[in-house]
Amino acid sequence: MKPFELKTRHSDLKEQFIRFLLFSAAAVSILTTFGVLFSILFEAIEFFQMRSFWYFITGTEWSPGVADSKFGALPIFSGTFIITFIALTVALPIGLGSAIFMSEYASFSLRDKLKPLLEILAGIPTVVYGFFAAITVAPAVVNFFQIFGIDASFNSALASGIVMGIMIIPVISSLSDDVIRAVPDSQRKASLALGMTKSETIKAIVLPSALPGIVSATLLGVSKALGETMIVVMAAGMRPNLSWNMLEDMTTVTVRIVDALVGDHEFNSPDTLSAFALGLVLFIVTLVLNIMSVALIRKFKEKYKVNTL
Amino acid sequence: MSSLMKKTNLNSKLNSSNKKTEVENPFYDPSLQKRHAHARRFKYFTMGSIIFAISFLVFFLGDMIVKGMPAFQQSYMLIDVTYNEKTIDSTRKAIDKKYRRIVSRAWLRDIPAMVEQDPSLMNTTQTSWVLVNHQVDQYMKGHYYKIKDKYLQTIKEKQAAGELELHFNTIFFTQGDSKIPENSGIKSAIIGSILTLIVTMVVAFPLGVMTAVYLEEFAHDNYWTQFIEVNINNLAAIPSILFGLLGLAVFINLFGVPRSSPLVGGLTLALMTLPIVIVSARAALRSVPDSIRQAGYGLGLTKIQVVQDHVLPLAFPGIMTGSIIGLSQAMGETAPLIIIGMIAFIPDSPDSIFQAATVMPAQIFTWAGMPERAYVERTAAGIMVLLSILISLNALAIYLRKKFEVNW
Amino acid sequence: MANTTKDKMTSQKEKSEENLKVKIRDLNLYYGDNHALHAINMDLYKNKITALIGPSGCGKSTFLRCLNRMNDLIRSVRVDGQVIIDEKNIYDKDVDEVAVRKRVGMVFQQPNPFPKSIYENVAYAPLKHGLIKKGHYCDDLVEKSLIQAGLWNEVKDKLKEPGTSLSGGQQQRLCIARTIAVQPDVILMDEPTSALDPISTEKIEALMLELKEKYTIIIVTHNMQQAGRVADYTAFFHLGDLIEYDETETIFINPTEKKTEDYITGRYG
Ligand SMILES: Nc1ncnc2c1ncn2[C@@H]1O[C@H](COP(=O)(O)OP(=O)(O)O)[C@@H](O)[C@H]1O
Ligand SMILES: [Mg+2]
Repeated sequence: MKPFELKTRHSDLKEQFIRFLLFSAAAVSILTTFGVLFSILFEAIEFFQMRSFWYFITGTEWSPGVADSKFGALPIFSGTFIITFIALTVALPIGLGSAIFMSEYASFSLRDKLKPLLEILAGIPTVVYGFFAAITVAPAVVNFFQIFGIDASFNSALASGIVMGIMIIPVISSLSDDVIRAVPDSQRKASLALGMTKSETIKAIVLPSALPGIVSATLLGVSKALGETMIVVMAAGMRPNLSWNMLEDMTTVTVRIVDALVGDHEFNSPDTLSAFALGLVLFIVTLVLNIMSVALIRKFKEKYKVNTL
Repeated sequence: MSSLMKKTNLNSKLNSSNKKTEVENPFYDPSLQKRHAHARRFKYFTMGSIIFAISFLVFFLGDMIVKGMPAFQQSYMLIDVTYNEKTIDSTRKAIDKKYRRIVSRAWLRDIPAMVEQDPSLMNTTQTSWVLVNHQVDQYMKGHYYKIKDKYLQTIKEKQAAGELELHFNTIFFTQGDSKIPENSGIKSAIIGSILTLIVTMVVAFPLGVMTAVYLEEFAHDNYWTQFIEVNINNLAAIPSILFGLLGLAVFINLFGVPRSSPLVGGLTLALMTLPIVIVSARAALRSVPDSIRQAGYGLGLTKIQVVQDHVLPLAFPGIMTGSIIGLSQAMGETAPLIIIGMIAFIPDSPDSIFQAATVMPAQIFTWAGMPERAYVERTAAGIMVLLSILISLNALAIYLRKKFEVNW
Repeated sequence: MANTTKDKMTSQKEKSEENLKVKIRDLNLYYGDNHALHAINMDLYKNKITALIGPSGCGKSTFLRCLNRMNDLIRSVRVDGQVIIDEKNIYDKDVDEVAVRKRVGMVFQQPNPFPKSIYENVAYAPLKHGLIKKGHYCDDLVEKSLIQAGLWNEVKDKLKEPGTSLSGGQQQRLCIARTIAVQPDVILMDEPTSALDPISTEKIEALMLELKEKYTIIIVTHNMQQAGRVADYTAFFHLGDLIEYDETETIFINPTEKKTEDYITGRYG
């Protein structure tokens, strides 16, 4: 009689195998990030072997598909920046205001209803926002400025910026709401007990404490706006336009990526590869924003010892 | 609370005009009025923000419904149709000359197929409801239309006689895309979406769950694990269009996966869905209490047996919830699929994951770019269908979460 | 013996109407259906320290919060009865709760300085109330408040550092400094030393004895010795009732009620 069942070679191998399988699965997630990076990087390098890197980041003329094609991406970056800026101008006050209302003024039950409602905005596919921007908002912008005798483009940066702003409201409001609620109640009480009004308490005590989280949410929102594609493809322009006028048509990094890759171009032409150069810029910028955002949230969590975020 | 404040202010106002009460109230402070007004404005601002966001949502959904509802109806006209050798050859001749610019080309094109299906039609003349073209349809729906006056006359007569009517639009659900607006439907896009999402889930679900199991149950908290964590986090934040670039460069150009196919689309979306599955599966695994694991070890089970037989089944509803949410996100994704060619014109539904296909959001995108007015309502209707599916999926996820919610 | 009589006589004089600061009349408080305070009647005297004692959950904190209307912040709360400060019922419709809190300061159990500099912690409320303007006067007020709170010597060289960097006892004194910077008449303290070590506790007790020269202080405490050391009057609460309220000495040595005696001698609580 054996007191213990002996460990068999067979079951040992099986365990090892399963462990290995699980580990490989985890490794895939890393491979994917690097896959994205390298697949873009290699093609981008190929592009920069054909065209000047310096002209790419400082040049002001973007004219692919012609004999003497030029790839100066500055007007594309400026268009991206302006549309993102408009989006943020819409989303930050509304998102933050909504977050403050939910966390400071609304009752628990009201908040439990409002938050999922706002998150519906985040669940709507962007192609739907794009259609709405193109068919409803853009003409409305044109008609509105017509009243003042100002001509606006049907592909105005303003229309796509506004709709993009609405899209990122929940990105900002959801995280900000969590962060504001994580600010300890004892601080609110201390301030109110000193005879401060609620709004004074919120502005002077609660918001400064929640600031790292709010900034983090905003960076996520910016990152989302920069990478947003469908809204701008459907509602913004194609023309690289170095201008500050929000009523003109402008183009963005994502629009030009789509434009370069849709249709039958030869893959190894600079026209097509320019998309990867733009993609690389987008990748790096959004990655940096995301890393900053995560670092800020971590700082906030450590400060208030919360781990619900 | 605010009504109380109002009264307070009202009284303070009264007080300021009445010196006597002012002296009696040692808590009267005129500077507070301004601060309370400011506090109220601030509150109204925050309230206004959320009201704006939610009314936008309502307006937006309303706008889609108003624009999309007409697409669920289509105009049909009751006329005589002659089926014989001659009309099968030249289908225009099957109907009276004055209707030729009214009836849909797509309907006429189908006459030979109709006869083939039902040979008894041959050499008869039937009075039946036939599909009219999109201009007439737009006229019937009260939209902008472009019809010559002489046809308009006929149309109005038919309409007055009750022989031109709006019927439920079955074509929208039974046809693929078409260059003829009245003949276009969303069926092939729905099938494309289903095939693509099957690929996505077959790849992302096991991979995501296995990664989560590894990270939660087996990995030690070392440099490696943290590195994987950071990567998963970053993966979730990469703009979706960049996954399209990956799909194009790696799957299509490197591995030769057929362009525009549900296979390449599904693989690309799988990479995007992966972090969502991983994060939710980890949360689900973490919520299984350690006592369950301890009990398993107490029975002499190996780690893998404990995870497989005791931990995973308990975490399963949570994992499902997360995966459904990931699925619904993948379902609405368009940008990366455009890059890998899934906006091709697909009249027929794909039969396999290797054939060219389109998906619902891509179909919406294509229709949104069409010049004919008739496509606007189809776009909005497509959006309604897509949103209904997404809402159902999310409702299912919430239901699962509620149903299996256990408070340990 | 003669001494006690003399004390009794002076205190009789002090207990006169003119030294009354706060009058509580038939105060009832409900948390939803939970009747947490039952018809409390009580007089609190100027420049005295009144201690509230009683077993946990008997309503001491609830009562304290009634005195500066902090209970208004809890949604389910309903108050009736009167709290009369300087001849005015603070629950009257024409009284602004913000103004009440300005004149009735509060110090909490857990030290809760704002995550701002020491200076800003003290200057925050007076600036918002418009009591002073930024600059010279503000510096003076901050200094004066910190001196009064017995913290000045420890922090005068690091006013720019965050208030949260101080030790627990220092934080609590900072909270007291922050409260007196608003120049209130009454200071409420809810177990201000229960989270502190004995040395910090001693400092805060000494501080209370100094502060009572200028303010009316009401303190909730779990620590009977503390009540004995600092309080002029002591009130014993039990299950939402005010059982007994008298001079501290009387309560401790010669209580009228059996329940008080049981509590004092440690039979429950
Ligand atoms: N915020 C609140 N909501 C509901 N009930 C409360 C709240 N605070 C206290 N109570 C109830 O009121 C009673 C008195 O509590 P409290 O004043 O905190 O007692 P003490 O400070 O004497 O320990 C208790 O029964 C408690 O459950
Ligand atoms: Mg208490």
